[in-house]
Amino acid sequence: MTKFTPLERREVVACLLAYRKNLIAVTSLGSPTYDVAAAGDHERNFYLWGAMGGAAMVGLGLALAQPTVPIVVFCGDGELLMGMGGLATIGLQQPKNLTIIVLDNEMFGETGKQKSHTGRGTDLQAIAKACSITKTQHLANLSDIDTFAKDLETIDAGPRLALIKIADGETSRVLPSRDGVALKIRLRNALGLGNS
Amino acid sequence: MKEKNAPSEASHAWPHEIHKILKKFDVRQVAYVPDAGHAELIRQCHADNDIAAITLTTEEEGLGVLTGAWLGGQRGVLLMQSSGVGNCANMLSLVKMCRIPMLILVTMRGEWGEFNSWQVSMGTHSEDLLKIGDIKVLRAEKAGDVLECVNAAAAMAFDGATACAVLISQRAIGSKKF
Repeated sequence: MTKFTPLERREVVACLLAYRKNLIAVTSLGSPTYDVAAAGDHERNFYLWGAMGGAAMVGLGLALAQPTVPIVVFCGDGELLMGMGGLATIGLQQPKNLTIIVLDNEMFGETGKQKSHTGRGTDLQAIAKACSITKTQHLANLSDIDTFAKDLETIDAGPRLALIKIADGETSRVLPSRDGVALKIRLRNALGLGNS
Repeated sequence: MKEKNAPSEASHAWPHEIHKILKKFDVRQVAYVPDAGHAELIRQCHADNDIAAITLTTEEEGLGVLTGAWLGGQRGVLLMQSSGVGNCANMLSLVKMCRIPMLILVTMRGEWGEFNSWQVSMGTHSEDLLKIGDIKVLRAEKAGDVLECVNAAAAMAFDGATACAVLISQRAIGSKKF
């Protein structure tokens, strides 16, 4: 089903975050968390280590609470498939500052590389569109990704979803903090909020 | 809806009063999967320009949304019916691991004059499931308890960062008749 040359995930994520300033990155458990950590730990990174299916929803709540801050959710295909109804919830709210980036390797990479639905007929981009997330695109190469990265700080382009087909190669695990309370307080402090 | 409800002790003034409590605690996001017991409160939240009323496809989404809300500096409340508690199990770990001041208001089915026996399972086990997920549970058995419980739970959640749920009993709401 893959029609494009899959890209190397670490390179993709580093490229996407190369111009970051104010953006908050929410990551789904597993590789997206490691990828974003590998691109450089940041007080505006919020890593999930569980709660599969919930990353885009955390992004939605953040986007509604902080409408002037760009919110970018990095998630895998398995993650988004598990929380697919959330695309309808996002489509209904239309948060202009929310971007979802799907790192789609068409498999459950953490658990033995079992094939997921995306390489076998399920089109997450089409599903997002059908849920009123009208701005969707496939980023097919690093040039497209670089152009998209330069636009990630905008807060009036969402809700949007970008899908990137990535290769299934092994990457080293870069493990950021697993302390949810510490990560929460770090992010809230970065936003000038309280210590709770 | 009201004429379809069985006789109960409910005055049905409490949804309006809950809205006042949410305002008092500066709640800005109300996420919900609808239940007839919350219908009036949901209407009021949609009519309130200072509250984002967020329709969910499943209750677990709300735990994610309100975690994000708190990360971004806003307080939220999650509304659901008891069967929805069963949809939340794994996502409760997010609330626990990040110590999110979650407030959940659950209208109960399957425990008092329930005609639909399929509701009884989660009606019976909602409280245990929330407790297993380390959510503090307060029970409003009668209509007169509802506001006290919501006030107490909101204070524990927002002033003390203790995730709390209020179970509003079917006896207080009135059992649904078809």
